[in-house]
Amino acid sequence: MKVKALSRSTSDYVRERSSDIQRLPRNFDPALHPFERAREYTRAVNAAKLERMFAKPFLGAMDGHIDGVYTLSKHPWDLGSMISGSGDGEIRIWSLGSQKTVWKAPNAHKGIVQGVCPIPGNETDRFISVGFDKLVKIWSVHESGANTSGIPDPVATYSGKGLLSGVDHHRKKPQFATSSSCVEIWDVNRSEPISTLTWGADTVNTVRMNQTETNVLASCGTDRTIILYDLRSNSPIVKLVQTLRTNAISWNPMEAFIFATANEDHNCYTFDMRRMNHATNILKDHVSAVMDIDYSPTGEELVSASYDRSIRLWNAREGKSRDIYHTKRMQRVFCARFSMDSKYVVSGSDDGNVRLWKAHASERLGPKSTRERNIIEYSEKLKERYQYLPQVRKILKNRNIPQPIKKVSKTKWTMIESQKRKEENRRKHSKPGSVPYVSERKKSIVAVTSK
Amino acid sequence: MSENQKKPKATKATKKNLPKYKRGSDQAFINVTNWKSKIVLKQTKNKNESALLQAAQAENLLTESAGYLEAEGLEKTYKFTQQQIGENVDLNSAQKIFDLNLENFGPYHIDYTRNGRNILIGGRKGHIASFDWKNAKLKNELHLRETVRDVKWLHNESLFAVAQKKYVYIYDHTGAEVHCLKKHIEPHALDFLPYHFLLTSIGNQGVLRYQDISTGQLVAEHRTGMGACKVLCQNPYNAIEVLGHGSGVVSMWAPSSNQPLVKMLCHKGPVQSIAIDRSGTYMATSGLDGLLKVWDIRSYKELHSYYTPTPAHSLDISQLGLLSVGYGPHVTIWKDALKIKQQSPYLSHMMPSKSISSMKFVPYDDTLGIGHSSGISSIIVPGAGEPNFDALETNPFETQKQRREMEIHSLLDKIQPDMISLNPNSIGQAASTTREERVKAAKERLLENMAEKKENGIQLKKKKRGRNSAAHRFLRKRQKNVIDIKKLAALEKIEKERIEREKKRQGPNPETDTGALASFYADKKKR
Repeated sequence: MKVKALSRSTSDYVRERSSDIQRLPRNFDPALHPFERAREYTRAVNAAKLERMFAKPFLGAMDGHIDGVYTLSKHPWDLGSMISGSGDGEIRIWSLGSQKTVWKAPNAHKGIVQGVCPIPGNETDRFISVGFDKLVKIWSVHESGANTSGIPDPVATYSGKGLLSGVDHHRKKPQFATSSSCVEIWDVNRSEPISTLTWGADTVNTVRMNQTETNVLASCGTDRTIILYDLRSNSPIVKLVQTLRTNAISWNPMEAFIFATANEDHNCYTFDMRRMNHATNILKDHVSAVMDIDYSPTGEELVSASYDRSIRLWNAREGKSRDIYHTKRMQRVFCARFSMDSKYVVSGSDDGNVRLWKAHASERLGPKSTRERNIIEYSEKLKERYQYLPQVRKILKNRNIPQPIKKVSKTKWTMIESQKRKEENRRKHSKPGSVPYVSERKKSIVAVTSK
Repeated sequence: MSENQKKPKATKATKKNLPKYKRGSDQAFINVTNWKSKIVLKQTKNKNESALLQAAQAENLLTESAGYLEAEGLEKTYKFTQQQIGENVDLNSAQKIFDLNLENFGPYHIDYTRNGRNILIGGRKGHIASFDWKNAKLKNELHLRETVRDVKWLHNESLFAVAQKKYVYIYDHTGAEVHCLKKHIEPHALDFLPYHFLLTSIGNQGVLRYQDISTGQLVAEHRTGMGACKVLCQNPYNAIEVLGHGSGVVSMWAPSSNQPLVKMLCHKGPVQSIAIDRSGTYMATSGLDGLLKVWDIRSYKELHSYYTPTPAHSLDISQLGLLSVGYGPHVTIWKDALKIKQQSPYLSHMMPSKSISSMKFVPYDDTLGIGHSSGISSIIVPGAGEPNFDALETNPFETQKQRREMEIHSLLDKIQPDMISLNPNSIGQAASTTREERVKAAKERLLENMAEKKENGIQLKKKKRGRNSAAHRFLRKRQKNVIDIKKLAALEKIEKERIEREKKRQGPNPETDTGALASFYADKKKR
């Protein structure tokens, strides 16, 4: 007789010392793992529930400004600080860690501070501000007086020609651009602009320099245009006219030829500057004018601030927002910025507060252990895999939206539907082909002119 | 050189294992045209393939191999006695052969925990005991002084359920009564679905009850309508509960449906016992008609049947597919009996002057536990148990901490009772038909049904909903031959209604009723 019966030695399966890790033999035979799908689905539902349970994005409101906050700027060399400018001409530098003002200049400008922007570089602590008082001021935290109580003086003051509405610094050269009735290029050390760029517009809203392709800059004007300029030839390249005006522009930090715009028609658009005859993406969700937009440093995400008192976060390649942030006390939001580690979002609104949010609502802050990271990755994958199943989708998509936004979005939906219906009727009753289908990405574009 | 030779060899062995780990078919998304979806599908496919390969390669890491018993020369395996086997196996295994003589309280029902470490025995006359059987360590012992009809471990060794004379009771590991389930009246048999945390019972009333032991809710109560029932068994593949009735019918149940999902006539006499293998393919049933039948429960067809000298009272199928049959004092164990009809058993064992009441193979072990009229016995059956366990599923060597953690995880992964269906993989699958198609098919079925009824001469009720008006009712109640003003008015009203209906059905006349010129037409009519 040949016989063998299962006989497991305990020493093979139990750890020898208590300092060892436990032995966990695995067997991947599907017969030993019944109800795989049902169990995985249950885990996905739980992961979705947990995500929404821990979704607490609001970190804090930083008060100090007396008037609304109309401009915000992040420092590319300093993770923990933000510069804000308010309607009464005050500039403040905030430490995001302690959520406090570390430096302030009351009455930096007479009237609204329209733009602030740090001068890049490791050594310098200078930044530029522009206001409706037609002045460009260069500040330094240390040289202008470091205390929070006294009134600091600017390092330099230059006077511009018109009401200045925006400022942005060149990535490498000591140059910056301002917008007023035209786009002016300044040297930091000279009191007069070194060149002036115009193409039609009587007022320019914003100017934004490309931080990767450093010779390109974009501006948008009240005549509903977006104009791209080249610094090398000192001339405009292309002009795009849309149906409504653009409020803000943000260049994609990873793909130098892509930029996103915040439009008055409640939508955000992304464009490829090589092919401007259509938008590469439309981001639709806001129910009022979008006032500001900013790319995350990864170039994958966007944050937009809107007049409907909400901030929305977007996956840059998708058309619907990933999340909406709002609080009861937050008024019209005029500016929003991603932090340089793309983990936080800062917003400035009409109520004079600067608010700090998490970029991912349910993310736990602080260092994570390997096991925790593994679990997070696993649950992310589960949510991705089961996102189309009704129960999971319902949990993941559900947001508590303020009543006014809900109402307006309903009305908006009805309007859009009726417009569509009308167009369809018109198409039905006219000569075939005379009312062509226009793709959504081309609809808002009136004209593209290149020089 | 040796490396070059080894590599293809390893892949060949792995390739042989691949089908075992495969999930689903590659044909699912053949008609996809969208290029983005195509890329995603291709990436998913590649990932699945690499996962499949890794799972198959991991088979090399398994440490144990299954047990076996082979005859040499003129020997027959079924002639080997337990004593002979015990002498030829190692000491550790030989200790697994034992008898417990408990003559006063029998016959005994037995049950093992899911990891095979603990045994629970329940004597008909009220004796309950649970112990760690490998170390012969008694955990608790109770004398209930009441009839005990069945015993069942719950998710782990900390709780167990007992079917007593009137109700089902739950006890903890110390033997303290934790719950009395008063809804489960006169239970005969118990079962537990570990992934759903459902305790099921069937009894004298023939009502199948599902109790969620994590929330305490009574999830479902199904009247079988087939009288008292003593045979309850689960299909481990899809958590369907299978009942064996006195009429020879076997019915399959899920909590979401109050009708049996499947009813099959298996025997020409009461069903005595049912066993289902872990892949959910084979079912073995025995009846008082002296037959033992093997069924394919994917197609619900009989594969083959055996005669038993006396009706088999209990059946069980081991993890590796050995079928044990208990009748009178005999136990026979059959190898490969599910797939092919066998001529002779693999092993046989006899316990003189005892009659077997329940039998259970020990999970992850080559042992069979037998509960009989005067105690319990344990015998070695080489090749019965799964040699390699997965410690994240069930772990025979788990520590207390691991057990607690496992409990939490299994509670988090608890499957909802309404997800039990005949096909456990239906979740997350794309429907092959659209909703409209399904509705249309249902409508057609209904019409066909009606036509069939008409053909068979069954009168259909004429239901005309919403066609009854006050005028109609008035006319019905009047004498037919009397014509007065009231009747004329009613007739006129009906005629008016009819015209209006007709108009509505035809829809508006584009020339006269709508458009900018409609008002002119209306004026014309008036004139």
